[in-house]
Amino acid sequence: MDFNHSDDRTMLKDMVSRFLADNYPLAVRNRSAESTEGFSRDIWQQFAELGLIGALFDEQHGGFGGAGFDISVLFEALGRGLVNEPFLASAILGGGLIAQLGNDVQKDILTEVISGKTLLALAHGEPESRFDPAQVTCRASQTDSGWTIDGHKAVVLNGDSADILVVTARVSGGDWDEDGISAFLVPAGQSGVEIRGYPTIDGLHAAEIHLSSVEMGGDALLGPIGKAFPAIELAVARANIALASEAIGLMDVCRDMTLDYLQTRKQFGVPIGKFQALQHRMATVLMEIEQARSACINAAGRLDLPRVQREQAVSTAKALAGRVGRLVAEEAIQMHGGIAMTWEFDLGHYAKRLIMIDNQFGDVDYHLARFAELSRTAA
Amino acid sequence: MDLNFSDDELAFRDEVRAFLDKNLPAALAAKVKGGKRLVKEDMDTWHAILNRQGWLAESWPVEFGGTGWNAVQQQIFEDECCAAGAPRTVPFGLKMLAPVLIKYGSEEQKRTYLPRILDGSDWWCQGYSEPGAGSDLASLKTKAIRDGDHYVVNGQKTWTTLGQYANKIFCLVRTSTEGKPQEGISFLLIDMETPGITVRPIILLEGTHEVNEVFFDDVRVPVANLVGEENRGWTYAKYLLTHERTNIANVGANKVSLAHLKHIGQHQKIRGRPLIEDPLFAARLAEIEMDLDAMATTNLRLLSSPDSAANAGPMSSMLKIKGTEIRQALNDLTRRALGPYAMPFVSEALDTGYNEAPIGPDYAAPVSQEYFNNRKISIYGGSNEIQRGIISKMMGL
Repeated sequence: MDFNHSDDRTMLKDMVSRFLADNYPLAVRNRSAESTEGFSRDIWQQFAELGLIGALFDEQHGGFGGAGFDISVLFEALGRGLVNEPFLASAILGGGLIAQLGNDVQKDILTEVISGKTLLALAHGEPESRFDPAQVTCRASQTDSGWTIDGHKAVVLNGDSADILVVTARVSGGDWDEDGISAFLVPAGQSGVEIRGYPTIDGLHAAEIHLSSVEMGGDALLGPIGKAFPAIELAVARANIALASEAIGLMDVCRDMTLDYLQTRKQFGVPIGKFQALQHRMATVLMEIEQARSACINAAGRLDLPRVQREQAVSTAKALAGRVGRLVAEEAIQMHGGIAMTWEFDLGHYAKRLIMIDNQFGDVDYHLARFAELSRTAA
Repeated sequence: MDLNFSDDELAFRDEVRAFLDKNLPAALAAKVKGGKRLVKEDMDTWHAILNRQGWLAESWPVEFGGTGWNAVQQQIFEDECCAAGAPRTVPFGLKMLAPVLIKYGSEEQKRTYLPRILDGSDWWCQGYSEPGAGSDLASLKTKAIRDGDHYVVNGQKTWTTLGQYANKIFCLVRTSTEGKPQEGISFLLIDMETPGITVRPIILLEGTHEVNEVFFDDVRVPVANLVGEENRGWTYAKYLLTHERTNIANVGANKVSLAHLKHIGQHQKIRGRPLIEDPLFAARLAEIEMDLDAMATTNLRLLSSPDSAANAGPMSSMLKIKGTEIRQALNDLTRRALGPYAMPFVSEALDTGYNEAPIGPDYAAPVSQEYFNNRKISIYGGSNEIQRGIISKMMGL
C-alpha cells in the first residue's frame, strides 16, 4: 500500500499549482467569469500547451494520463485555483464519450481537443431528467441520409462555447430505459440547433439547447446504435471524480482561509480561535474534509473495477463531497462572519462553487439512494 | 391550555385578511412571491398604505400613532402579511429606533422624529457595527468629541443595511474611553446630509447591494441629537436588541417559504414522479416542517408568557437561532430541489420588467441567490454564536 502519487503526477500537480499561483489570481478569474463565455480562451490555450488537457486522456487517444488519479490530482489543483476553464465539459464529458465510442475518424477530433483548438460540450441532461443518466426523451430518428434529432437539453455546461456538441438522444425504448440511447456529434452551428447561453451563480457558463429537426449524416453517430449508456455512465463517473476532487481543493482553501482568520481576527481582546465553541467546529471541518478526501481517493483508485464497485465508490465520493462541501462552505462563512458575505472577500467565490458542485451530476440524496440501490443489486 | 385562537383573535385575523385583500397591490404581492428585487419605491408604497390604515407602527403605543396591539395580535398581523405576499416593513425606524426614542428620547425628539417615520419623511439606517467591532460591538471606536453645542464625529460604520436609501442614521459612538468599554458609548441621531459623511456600497457575494460602509470625517452633530444621557448608549442599544421579540423567529416568512418549497416539490420531477413523493426528499421536508410547527408554538408561548419581559434577552436569542436555522434549512432544501436548475443565474431576471422566458422552471431564478444571501441571517443582529452565549449565561453557565 502506498498513498503517495507517482513522480509524474506529483510533477503535474506542482506545475499546475505554480502556474495558477503565478497567472491566475482570483481577480483575473472573476473578470473572465464575467466575460461573454465565462472563461479565458487565452488561458485555455496556455493550459493546453502545459499538457493539462492531455493529462485527462490516455496514450491511445493522444494524451498521457486519463486514469482516475490523473483526474483527481488535476481537478484538486483546479479547485484550489477556482479555475473556470472548460476541462470538465470538453475533456472529461465530451472528450470522454468520443474516446469511448468514437471510430478512428471521430477520434481525430480529440487531437484538436487536447491542443485546445476545439471545444466540446455534452448535451445530455434534460429539463426533467434531474440527475438520472438514463432519462433521455430527446429523439433521434433514422432517415435515408442519416438522423433527425429533436429535443431540449438543459444546463449544458459550456454549451455556449462548444464547437461540437455531443448530443444524447433516444433511438428506441421508453424514457428511462438504459437501452436505446445513442450519442451524436452535432456541430454547434448546425441548422436547427438553438443555443441560449447564460452565467451560473458560481461563475461558470451553461446553456439551454433546443434541437428542432436537426438533420445529421450517418457519420454523426457515436458507437453502435442505441448502446451509448455504459459509456455515458462511465463519463459521468469520471465527471463525478473530477467534481469531488475539485471540491476537495475548494474545501482545503476554505479551511486554510478560516484557520487563518480564526488566528488573526480579534474580538473581546483575543483571536476568535481561542473560543472553544469555534475550535471544536474547526476540528470537525478538518476531520470531515479528510473523510471526503479518502472517499475521493477510493473512487479514483476503483475507477477500473467492475461496474458496481466503481459506481458505489463514485457515489460515496460525490455524496461526501456534497455533504462535507456544504458543511465547510457554511461553517467557513459563519466563522468569518459578515466579511465572508462580501464580493470583495475571496472566500465567498470558493463557497459558491463548492455548494454548486452538489447540484451537478447528483446531489447528496441522489448518491445516497443510488449507493443503496447498487448495494441491493450486488447482494 | 387551548391551542386555538380566541374568537377575538380570529375576528382580528379576519379583519387583517380583509384589509390585505383590499389594499395590498397585486403587482407588489406578485413581486414578493416571485422573489423579485424590491426597490425603495415598493417599500415606500407599502408603508404609505399601512400608514393610511394606522397599522404601520404595529408595535408602538397608541399615543404615538401605534396600534396598541398585544404581542399575539402583532404576530397574527405579521403572519397574515407574509402569507399575502406583503413586503416586510423596513425595521430601522419603526422597530429599532422608535422603541428607543419612546423609552429614552426627549419629548422634542419623540415629537420630531416619530411622525416623520410614519409619513415616510425619514428613512433611518443603523450605525452600530464597525470593521473591528462585530460580535464584540462594545469595542466600537467611532469617536464623538464635544465641541460647544456640537459633537464632532470621526470614524467608520459598516454593514449599514439600505443605507443607500437613508437620510438619517442612528449611531453608537464613543464619548469616553474611561471605565469599561460599554460605559463610554452614546446614542446619536445624525442627518446623512451633514458634510463629512460618505456612503460606500458593499456588494454581497451573490452580487446584490444591500449593505454599505459609512464614513464620518469631522461630522458636526448638534448636541440636541443625543438620545438620553451621554455614555448611556449601551443600555439603550441593549434595550433595542432585546425589545423586539415579535417576529424575530420569522414564523410567517418561514411558513411561506415551506409552502413554496412544497409547491416546487410537486412540480419538480424525479423519474417522472413529483419530487415530493421521493422518500428522501419527503423525509427532509418533514423534518423541517416538524421543527417549524413546534417553533410556531414556541414563539406564541414565549410571546404570551406573562414573565416574557423579564426574560426578553434569552427569549429573543432562542427565537432568533431557531428561526434562522429553519430558514436556512428551507433555503438549502429548495436549492437541492431544483437539481441542475439551481445553477443558472441571470441577475436581471430578478428585476421588474425582465421579459425573457425563464431558464428552467419559473420558480428557479431567485433560489440559489436566496440560499447564499440568507447565510447572513445567522451572522447579523448578533451572530447565532453570540445568541447561544446569551442563553448559556442566562442558565448560569
